[in-house]
Amino acid sequence: MITGRLQRTIKLGLKSLWLHKMRSGLTALGIVFGVASVVAMLAIGEGASQEAQEQIRRLGSHNVIVSSVKPPGETSASTSESSFVEYGITYEDLERIETTIPDVDVVVPVREVTQTSYNERRKCDATVVGTVPWFLQIRKIPLLAGRFLSTFDMREQKSLCVINTRVAKDLFPNDNPINLCVKLGGDYYKVIGLVDDSVLSTGTDAKSPTRIYIALTTARSRFGDTTMKFSSGSREFEKVLLHQATVKIGHEENVLETAEAIRVLLSRFHKKKDFELIVPLELLNQAKRTKRIFNIVLGSIAAISLLVGGIGIMNIMLASVTERTREIGIRRALGAKKRDIIVQFLAETVLLSASGGVLGVMLGVGLPILVSYFTKMRTSVTPWSLALAFSISAAVGIIFGLYPAQRAANLDPIEALRHE
Amino acid sequence: MHIVEVRDLRKTYRMGDADVHALDGVSITFDEGDYAAIMGPSGSGKSTLLNLLGCLDRPTSGSYLLGGEDVAALSDNDLSDIRSRRLGFIFQSYNLIPQLTVLENIEVPLYYQGASEAESRRRAEELAEQVGLSHRLGHRPAELSGGQQQRAAIARALVNQPLVLLADEPTGNLDSATGREILALLDDLNRHGRTILMVTHDDSIAKRASRVVRMADGRVISGGR
Repeated sequence: MITGRLQRTIKLGLKSLWLHKMRSGLTALGIVFGVASVVAMLAIGEGASQEAQEQIRRLGSHNVIVSSVKPPGETSASTSESSFVEYGITYEDLERIETTIPDVDVVVPVREVTQTSYNERRKCDATVVGTVPWFLQIRKIPLLAGRFLSTFDMREQKSLCVINTRVAKDLFPNDNPINLCVKLGGDYYKVIGLVDDSVLSTGTDAKSPTRIYIALTTARSRFGDTTMKFSSGSREFEKVLLHQATVKIGHEENVLETAEAIRVLLSRFHKKKDFELIVPLELLNQAKRTKRIFNIVLGSIAAISLLVGGIGIMNIMLASVTERTREIGIRRALGAKKRDIIVQFLAETVLLSASGGVLGVMLGVGLPILVSYFTKMRTSVTPWSLALAFSISAAVGIIFGLYPAQRAANLDPIEALRHE
Repeated sequence: MHIVEVRDLRKTYRMGDADVHALDGVSITFDEGDYAAIMGPSGSGKSTLLNLLGCLDRPTSGSYLLGGEDVAALSDNDLSDIRSRRLGFIFQSYNLIPQLTVLENIEVPLYYQGASEAESRRRAEELAEQVGLSHRLGHRPAELSGGQQQRAAIARALVNQPLVLLADEPTGNLDSATGREILALLDDLNRHGRTILMVTHDDSIAKRASRVVRMADGRVISGGR
């Protein structure tokens, strides 16, 4: 009985809307774009934030990353032909961190040297990374084949290396690289493992740099602590002991305090500002805050566009009420209660905005796919955003339909019947 | 028992500073099977009376018993209910809903009564046949002649089996031949016991009625009971 009546109300509403296809379509379009923009913007925002959070999470929420940076304005000790700078974190720094700061689990030092690597006639420029065996585990890098460096290799300063997929592709395009050799700076290193270290690269750029991992001790003895490069006709010597160290903290709740302690400790021994601290957890919190602001801004824009759509609906419905004054009078004379008239007009607006909402949701799901396809930007349509956008559109129909419907119902039947 | 019993009915409008007495104490009764023509010059109050009898408006004072039920002080909601169950309207300009078909127009009063779809359809088809419109059920009003439109309107007025059929110049928009057909239809309805109250200007139409009520200045001057 009730559903029968509802069905007839919907049928009647559809009929009235169908009578003015163009007008109804254009009115619904306002809602379509409003809803589509809500869904699409939320999807793009969500995608961006997921990507940012994932990148940060890759760095490890338990980790604090200390990097050496060349202090600004450091061209001192230079003659016209050569200059010499020394900066960055040292082995002593790491020892101090490990011994004096509580809740430090492990420290992973890294030293990087750029070298050209060869396999027979093939060559590629690679970053030679001198590090410790637990590097792999702390930085969550998957081992694809073979094994990583061991403490034994480290102690013995073995000529062994682990290459990443990029190097494998460049130097060994046709062979399994395990047990083959790579020539680095005049020495041969046997490849013992293959890793996929794409987690280390930030940014969307899919090309990860070429990296060859060797034991830190080996790196130190083979390549020394000082590197030389030519720049604008003068020789520039740089002495950097360690380029980076990842400090893993035991408990996540201690990360921020411990990071601060490390900062204070390092500052005491580094008069120049030649190091930098990256705290992924801090970045993560910041990313979450940014996301909230982002959502508020997007939400406001979306709300405005839906408001505009709603005003469009109200405008059309008011015109429709005026145009159909006589119909309202007839219906009232034939026994329609005020409530019946309200229901009739409200049904039309809700149908209009809800169908706009459905189309808008479809368009809103499609747009991010296109955006992802053309810009390689990550997008993510969450179910709650669809539900939200759709229910807002239905609510817009009710809110902006109520006034015209009320106005229709409150017409005096006698006056309405006389209306031309 | 009278089917319509009106006592000292008044309707006063406020126009600027002055009160206008559209109805100034009308008392009148109609019995089942009456066929009354209500006549009078414009401004005499006949339209106001018809609106009050049709429960489209409420009197300023006075009583109105419709089928024994006091309807003078009912709420808007209850008046709607009375209209849908007890009254049938026929208008000068037919007042069919343009976007609905003939059949759907006839069904409208039943819709507001809450009748089932199947029952409404059956009743509407029956009445369309009675007024000779069986072959036009799916047409829209604009596709019909004036006479056919008025026939559809009469079918619609009868679909809820009203106590009283209220007609406001039902032939006013029709040529005389078609007008006579419509009047013949009304005569026929009255012969079968339908109570009809009709507002008209035309003496020749009034002659067909069994009773003529004349009004002037908001009062009944002859034919009242």
